[in-house]
Amino acid sequence: MSGETRDVLGHYMEQQLRKHEPWDVIVVGAGPGGSIAARDCARQGLKTLVIDKRQELGTPVRCGEGLGQVWIKIAGLEYDPSWCLQEMRGAAITLHNGEEIVIETENRGYIIERKEFEKRLAEHAIAEGATYIVKTLVNGVIMDEQGCVAGIKCKNMEGEFEVKAKLVIAADGVDSQIARFAGIRTHVPVTEVDTGFQYYMTNMKIKHPNLIHLFIGNDVAPRGYVWIFPKADDKANVGIGITGWHEKTPKWYLDKFINEHPEYFENASIAELNGGCCPVTNPIKKPYAAGLLVVGDAAHMVNAIHGGGIGNAMEAGRIAATVAKEAVEANDFSEGFLKLYNDRFLEIRGNQLNRVVKVRKFFEKLSDADIESLHSFFKGKENDVLTFSEGDKLKTFASLFARNPRLAVIAAKTLLTG
Amino acid sequence: MVTKLKIDGVKCIYCGGCTSVCPVTALTLKEIYIDIDQDTCTQCNACVKFCPVDAISLVQIEGQK
Ligand SMILES: Cc1cc2nc3c(=O)[nH]c(=O)nc-3n(C[C@H](O)[C@H](O)[C@H](O)COP(=O)(O)OP(=O)(O)OC[C@H]3O[C@@H](n4cnc5c(N)ncnc54)[C@H](O)[C@@H]3O)c2cc1C
Ligand code: SF4
Ligand code: SF4
Repeated sequence: MSGETRDVLGHYMEQQLRKHEPWDVIVVGAGPGGSIAARDCARQGLKTLVIDKRQELGTPVRCGEGLGQVWIKIAGLEYDPSWCLQEMRGAAITLHNGEEIVIETENRGYIIERKEFEKRLAEHAIAEGATYIVKTLVNGVIMDEQGCVAGIKCKNMEGEFEVKAKLVIAADGVDSQIARFAGIRTHVPVTEVDTGFQYYMTNMKIKHPNLIHLFIGNDVAPRGYVWIFPKADDKANVGIGITGWHEKTPKWYLDKFINEHPEYFENASIAELNGGCCPVTNPIKKPYAAGLLVVGDAAHMVNAIHGGGIGNAMEAGRIAATVAKEAVEANDFSEGFLKLYNDRFLEIRGNQLNRVVKVRKFFEKLSDADIESLHSFFKGKENDVLTFSEGDKLKTFASLFARNPRLAVIAAKTLLTG
Repeated sequence: MVTKLKIDGVKCIYCGGCTSVCPVTALTLKEIYIDIDQDTCTQCNACVKFCPVDAISLVQIEGQK
């Protein structure tokens, strides 16, 4: 054979990459953060390209799929039966001694179908004018002479490409590398991530089909919890998240739990299996650099108590899109200008997420017995558990817990710091 | 003898967690497998500790440098 290369693959993806180059915005990652950012950018008239490495958006799922209705509103979305599955009206928390605490709340939520959800979000963004490319790995950023991010490098079956943009939004999730390419440290210490494992099971017997079920206790899930999130009356995501390293894997603990609870699982079976990683730490201090904004899990914008991050990612995506529009109008992509993004994020959500980290640190120090005595403070005021876990009124709670000397010390060291 | 990082493809559920705890970006999740850059890896063990299904290990390989 001669050295000639056969052109057999076509160039449609490359054409799409080049359609509006230089782009106003390139979004890396078509998860909830990326697609909401892209929708809002495109809606404001910005030329927007979204690149994702996956060949099918929405899979593999790495999520328990719980989403509060407030987040749906914040994201500018509406109820959609294709992805809003079972309605949740609260939580049933089972302590290590078997005692069950039921919390019903006004703030309802859904267990969603992420495989559909992420496709819908992409469709919304495309309808607003965004261009999408899948099965394309972004493996570098273009830096201009001033050290400003000026586009991305990527690779797919058609070849390797450099694509220019005024602004890059890194919404590349917890396995984020884009920000690292631009010099921002995003790796999470292994002591500050939840390692998660989950089965999707059907033919279960679910005690409360409209409540999320949480099971805590050091034998059940060390520094974490087991969850049952019902997706229908007899189907659920059954998962576990534990923090740090333990002798046994999360899968081991989850399998044990399932074996110990035939009342749920006797006739059930596994139809899907997945897992993942949640940073349960503070959002990164500087989720921006010249020419770059970092959104969602990539910037650790996760609730450190329950590991939920879909809503935060979408909210951050919206904030990023407004700043993107202002930056394009001002033609200013400097770090000084893009700092605006973090200022707004902190005000709207970041400060709260930082307080939630304190609550997490508080919980991490509690023994099973402490949790029981903590429970006595919340008897009859179960909704306060939610207020506390959202990081609100920390001082009030700390003085409440002060009636128990051990809890007082722990609260002083965690809730009342800096 | 040389020590290398190895991922058991039968166990791996491509959750991507190992890539986020790696301090030196030696791991990349390429859709459904993990690419290891052995030269960059410092064998710090963080990813081994993280993996939810015990798919990663440091193994001794004989007769290689
Ligand atoms: C086990 C588990 C359970 C969870 N349960 C919940 C829950 O019940 N509720 C909740 O709200 N949150 C939950 N979370 C967290 C939630 O999944 C994340 O917070 C959310 O997905 C973050 O969205 P994102 O848009 O920031 O990133 P992601 O959803 O991770 O999206 C990132 C996208 O970027 C793409 N990408 C990454 N790198 C590249 C690259 N180099 N090139 C191209 N594309 C790239 C990926 O393919 C992906 O599509 C859970 C997480 C885990 C691990
Ligand atoms: S942490 Fe384990 S299961 Fe997850 S991608 Fe890495 S090797 Fe695979
Ligand atoms: S051992 Fe450490 S350096 Fe090597 S891949 Fe794992 S986390 Fe990265």
